[in-house]
Amino acid sequence: MTERRENSKATRATGRRRMYIWSLVLMIAGSMALPLTGYVAVGVLQAQEAASDDSNPRADYWREVRGGVAGYSAVTGQETGVLIQNGGQNWRQVRNGPVATYGAWVILAIIAALAVYHLLTGGYKMGERTGRKILRWPSIDRALHWYTAILFIILAITGLSLLWGRAVLIPVLGKEGFAAWAGLAKPLHDYLALFFTAGFVVALLKWMHHNWFKSYDMEWLLKGGGYLGGGHPPAGFANAGHKLLYWTLVFAGGAMVVSGLFLLFPNWGTERAGMQLANSIHGITSLICVGFICLHIYLATIGSEGSLEGMLHGYVDEQYAKNHHPLWYEEVMAGEGQAESVGGAPSPAPAAPEK
Amino acid sequence: MARMKFLCDAERCIECNGCVTACKNENEVPWGVNRRRVVTLDDGIPGEKSISVACMHCTDAPCAAVCPVDCFYTTDDGVVLHDKDLCIGCGYCFYACPFGAPQYPQKEAFGVRGKMDKCTFCAGGPEEDNSAAEFEKYGSNRLAQGKLPMCAEMCATKALLGGDGDVVSDIYRERITKRGGRPDTWGWDTAYKKA
Repeated sequence: MTERRENSKATRATGRRRMYIWSLVLMIAGSMALPLTGYVAVGVLQAQEAASDDSNPRADYWREVRGGVAGYSAVTGQETGVLIQNGGQNWRQVRNGPVATYGAWVILAIIAALAVYHLLTGGYKMGERTGRKILRWPSIDRALHWYTAILFIILAITGLSLLWGRAVLIPVLGKEGFAAWAGLAKPLHDYLALFFTAGFVVALLKWMHHNWFKSYDMEWLLKGGGYLGGGHPPAGFANAGHKLLYWTLVFAGGAMVVSGLFLLFPNWGTERAGMQLANSIHGITSLICVGFICLHIYLATIGSEGSLEGMLHGYVDEQYAKNHHPLWYEEVMAGEGQAESVGGAPSPAPAAPEK
Repeated sequence: MARMKFLCDAERCIECNGCVTACKNENEVPWGVNRRRVVTLDDGIPGEKSISVACMHCTDAPCAAVCPVDCFYTTDDGVVLHDKDLCIGCGYCFYACPFGAPQYPQKEAFGVRGKMDKCTFCAGGPEEDNSAAEFEKYGSNRLAQGKLPMCAEMCATKALLGGDGDVVSDIYRERITKRGGRPDTWGWDTAYKKA
């Protein structure tokens, strides 16, 4: 009896120990495995998602709205079926940001640099005049130049008023005052643009033959046109600076004119994306042209003595031609081109002996 | 102060164009100008939905940001309005607006734009409230009369809500909590069952 009791006691003790061990094993295994069930759940969900190819129709709908997908609208007109067009925000950032801000800084920097240059050097002086005049610009060229130039200046002032007027002119004129000016500037810019384009195209075509780059133009550019000291670099009828201006006007000016025409005629049916692009191009290329023209105006007036009279009266002094356009001067002297006009017109002083 | 908002419930809009008509009638907008329009995407296929859209009276309004003459202003109610006496008809607000809200009555040949016209949230313009001059330029000023925009008031299915943004969002929140995640129209699954 006692033996049996002792026996059962022993088995009970070993059974309890076995239970301890097993429960411990189970607890360790469970604590290791349970956190991994998250992966199982995710895997199952992913499998379900892959199995059903249709995503949430409502989400897809709003995705289409946001993506600018065109639908149907009973209201007819341009792009009326588009709920949201995204390009406007990009255009706003480009126009109000880099174009208006950096554009202003670039133009101001060019003007400031020219002012500093002029104050330091006093501009380029011609040296002693010989008194003999050479025909440089026939009246047709002068008319073409001033026609295009005056229109360019009017277009630049009216156009830049629309770009910077809000920041610069509204504080001065007030909203009503500026709106009155802008209301005049906008149609003026629109209508005169057509007349400008006509003159611009004719001028570019007529003066193209002067502006093909020649090998000696590199030297002119490397010497900075002689404006930074170091004597006169070679130049023909047009120097390399003129040629750079010319080709800038061909490409940037051409893009300016074409983009402007798209902006001018909304009835051609250009959609908003096209108009945004056209306006950005028009702004950037116009600023490039204005910057170059500032340089041109300075170098052709107070920046270089004797230059402006060629465009005012047609004739330049022999000394100017020799200094600034030595190759053209040689051509004229050799009887090529316009030799007959040497000493032609109003020659105030008798021909001085050449030095 | 209340901030005015439009909200169009795409689950409710049935493309009846009642809002467009209500707006045209209330504000007597010029021929060819629609301050509001209804757009339907996926027209005729499962998932077709319509939304009525007009000026959304943005907080950071792109039209106001690009206007060369700075003719836009935001009222105390958060409504974006503009001054037609300053507008020069350049079209920039139309290029910038995401919703195509600005409209132009074509005044002259070659697509020259007139002064811009857009949804005013039935809040008129800078002229004296409910004056003849205000009505002629901007249409009705219902807000000054203590009323809400005509389009939303006329909406038959109450899809288009207009008013204080807090109230509008409360109404919409209550709606969507009672609504399932997918279309629960009776017979939908039968009608549009995948073959």
